[in-house]
Amino acid sequence: MGAASDEPRTDPVELRSARRQLVVNASGLVASDIGFGLVFGLTARSSGFSPIEAIAFSVIVFAGASQFAAAGMIAAGFAWPAILVLTALVNARHLLYSAAMAPWLRTQTLRKRIVMAHVLTDEAFALSSVHFRRLGWGDPVGYWIAAVGLTFIPWNLATIVGVFGGQFIPDPRVLGLDVIFPAAMAGLAVGLASGRREVAAAATGVACAVAIGLLWNSAVGIVVGGAVGPLVGLALPGGPAYDPVDATDPGLDAGLPS
Amino acid sequence: MSTNLVALAVLMALVTYPSRAIPLLAPGFDRLPPRALEYLRLVGPAVLASIAASQIFLVPATNGAASTFSINVEWLAVAACVLIVAWRRNLLLGLIMAVIIVAGARATGLAA
Repeated sequence: MGAASDEPRTDPVELRSARRQLVVNASGLVASDIGFGLVFGLTARSSGFSPIEAIAFSVIVFAGASQFAAAGMIAAGFAWPAILVLTALVNARHLLYSAAMAPWLRTQTLRKRIVMAHVLTDEAFALSSVHFRRLGWGDPVGYWIAAVGLTFIPWNLATIVGVFGGQFIPDPRVLGLDVIFPAAMAGLAVGLASGRREVAAAATGVACAVAIGLLWNSAVGIVVGGAVGPLVGLALPGGPAYDPVDATDPGLDAGLPS
Repeated sequence: MSTNLVALAVLMALVTYPSRAIPLLAPGFDRLPPRALEYLRLVGPAVLASIAASQIFLVPATNGAASTFSINVEWLAVAACVLIVAWRRNLLLGLIMAVIIVAGARATGLAA
């Protein structure tokens, strides 16, 4: 394979600029995470969780959609095996994220990758993918910034605040914050779409996600869309063989001077 | 203070971790052929677009069954964000516009 994640070749000034853009790109997602972390803390308490249990969910599971689903199922009296099956299904898409991140992070030590895997979320994947593509190599500091600094810490701090004071906080939906997550996912997909193969993969992903979601289950639709979309993209005639080293692109502009 | 659900959290993490970790930790991913790397490069736009579509077009059923189709103001907001990102390459600006559209529509009673 190409040297997707070999030693950095980026000018320090350019690297700082890219990381700054990563942070600014993430600002909307951080606001969204904080809003829904607060709501999760409140939801967990109202579902009968103790503060320790609610906080343990955000630290140990660290997967928002399945946390909300589990809180609802616990409140409804579902048995644990049913919750575990749904959790595995909802979080199956992480397999695709992990596979896509692997070439970029392959030079990291096993110990680091073990921890990196735990903090791999929708947000970490989306932000890191754009950041790595911009640089042309897998910047581990950028990954930690995206996964821990901009996702894990805000989500967990917000959960704690939600557990102890959630009843005083307005519903993020009233403020329109619930649109940030899908808008950010769509915007980051556009940031990654630099050719017709990417556009075809994304369009196929959308079609699969909607069709299978309507016929069966939305979590299954996301996994199938993420797996089948690239196959359709690959079926199109492409440019020269993909070499991650040469695959740098300007990515998303954070609106900052570079 | 109850800690019974901490065990459930651990079990949920145990069923989630393999999907997060196996490709990252598997040594075979060091030597993938170019075609497989190209496939993985396309996973990003495909799965992110799938998530966005699932969130704005579908209303999930609470029991894990099939979702229902939804027509809502989020379509317009996400479309505006996509257009701004495609035009200006500025995600933050796109997100601000999306929030303004949704919050404005709800504040004025145009959307639920």
